[in-house]
Amino acid sequence: MKVLAMARRASRLGLRFPGRSRDLCTGSDDFGMPLHVCVVGSGPAGFYVAKKLLKRFDFARVDILERLPAPFGLVRSGVAPDHPETKVVINQFSRTAEDERCRFFGNVCLGTDVSLEELRKNYHVVVLAYGAESDHRLGIPGEDLEGVFSARQFVWWYNGHPDGKDLPINLNDVETAVVLGQGNVALDVARILLRSPSELSSTDIAEHAVKALRTSRIRKVYVVGRRGPVQAACTAKELREILGLKGVEIVINEADLQTTDCDLEELQSSRIHKRVFDLFCKSATFTKCAGRDKQLQFVFFRAPVSLLAAEDGIHVRGVHLQKTRLEGSHPRKLVGTGEFEELDCGLVLKSIGYKSLPVPDLPFDHKKGVVPNYFGRVRSSDATNETERGLYVAGWLKRGPTGIIGTNEVCAQEVVTSIEEDVNRAVVSNLKEVPGSVGLESILSEKNKRYITFEGWERLNETEMEKGAVKGKPREKIVGIDEALAIGLAKEKE
Amino acid sequence: MSMLEAAHENDIELEGACEGSLACSTCHVIVKDEKFYRMLKEPSDEENDMLDLAFGLTETSRLGCQVIAKPELNGMELALPAATRNFAVDGHVPKPH
Repeated sequence: MKVLAMARRASRLGLRFPGRSRDLCTGSDDFGMPLHVCVVGSGPAGFYVAKKLLKRFDFARVDILERLPAPFGLVRSGVAPDHPETKVVINQFSRTAEDERCRFFGNVCLGTDVSLEELRKNYHVVVLAYGAESDHRLGIPGEDLEGVFSARQFVWWYNGHPDGKDLPINLNDVETAVVLGQGNVALDVARILLRSPSELSSTDIAEHAVKALRTSRIRKVYVVGRRGPVQAACTAKELREILGLKGVEIVINEADLQTTDCDLEELQSSRIHKRVFDLFCKSATFTKCAGRDKQLQFVFFRAPVSLLAAEDGIHVRGVHLQKTRLEGSHPRKLVGTGEFEELDCGLVLKSIGYKSLPVPDLPFDHKKGVVPNYFGRVRSSDATNETERGLYVAGWLKRGPTGIIGTNEVCAQEVVTSIEEDVNRAVVSNLKEVPGSVGLESILSEKNKRYITFEGWERLNETEMEKGAVKGKPREKIVGIDEALAIGLAKEKE
Repeated sequence: MSMLEAAHENDIELEGACEGSLACSTCHVIVKDEKFYRMLKEPSDEENDMLDLAFGLTETSRLGCQVIAKPELNGMELALPAATRNFAVDGHVPKPH
């Protein structure tokens, strides 16, 4: 079989930077010293940036900071336990971390352990890739009742995130749950509530979660969207999976599947939405088998108005919704119809979007919840085109909390290209030497802050896998920070 | 052998995040000649689900891990999707702080 010719990536169109060519900056002679980079955040965004920087510059030295003991961000704490194939990318990220020019610093938190200012003094390039650890709020009455959580909190809980283990969730006294939102995270949480615990018990789900799910009395989950099936934000793979979930009857109001001309236009212009809509239409065919003791109901065109309290005034007992409709055209507007209804429930999971958190000395667009940037170069404010020398963002902090793991590869390419351009113009450092890792280590040691190396993580990883093997799980996640640190910080063999 | 495997064996930069388990779209390739595209077995629902999310999707896009080499495909050329950037139309370069 002849070697197949692969066309090189199409050249970037419309590029006007002078002297631009593919292989500009490769030798350390050009730069005269190592390029010291600090990436904050060890999820897909951080790792793809690190990987591409190491490939682009043989003289790069990349340190990756992570506030948790374990790396990999949402791959570890976001991807659902019953989606192990999606986590395989960890193998690649591990290879990047094992590069001798790359160092992992686990248990180091930007803001608490080291300031942004300190990082910028010690590195030529700082890339913030710490994602979005907060949530959009509905801003409606009853949002803080007990039994109301963001989907992120529930996901952290079942994925064994150290900050999620104490979630005060009660599944024993609840028969019905309402999930607000119809994206993939909404489907994830609905699916984990409805999947048989015996299927979950052979995944890497956190032990406290599968234990709670075994005694869960939840039999019905509503997944509620403000708009219709044509606008649903979930994607085909996830929808197909949940529609085929064993033992679960799917309920959809046929009237919601009617389409207007505007809907058909939208469907024609989007392959993703068309395939999702087709799945909703076919969904009746997914539920032919008998013996279904659970129900998943998709509710469309309903916007939450308030969350209702039970008689004790403390727990949630239902959701008050307004019927909506789409009006006008190009673009259509969502309006309330003045008609209302209620759904009874004992658990509400809000899946309406994540939000990033600002840190001191970092320009931040509070409205959009991102750092204002110009192809990854941090802008000094959202009102100016001036950028901060040597400071970049990648991933959700740059783009907002959308996309999949692979989206970060494309995003990282854009950021690394910006870094490359700036390095070539000696914009980043004016050829000044900086301490790099040595500087960071000295800051941490002054605070007596111990960090977990990648070898330390590998020890933690081995321990989790050994504990899991005993139970027929790929791993048993170590959820307690102290236990994780004890293993990760243990004295290494010299 | 899949095109993803072939790429890796020949040091071609084709990402394969999920290592061929139909859980990502990073090995997305574009079949340059429609004649070869038509010779390929139609994508499964699962492959189409991943193609939905691929960057720079075209009419002749496939996942590299699902295209298996066979003699009839001799001479087939595959392109990697362009990573495009939206530069400012006037070529404005922001001043660093």
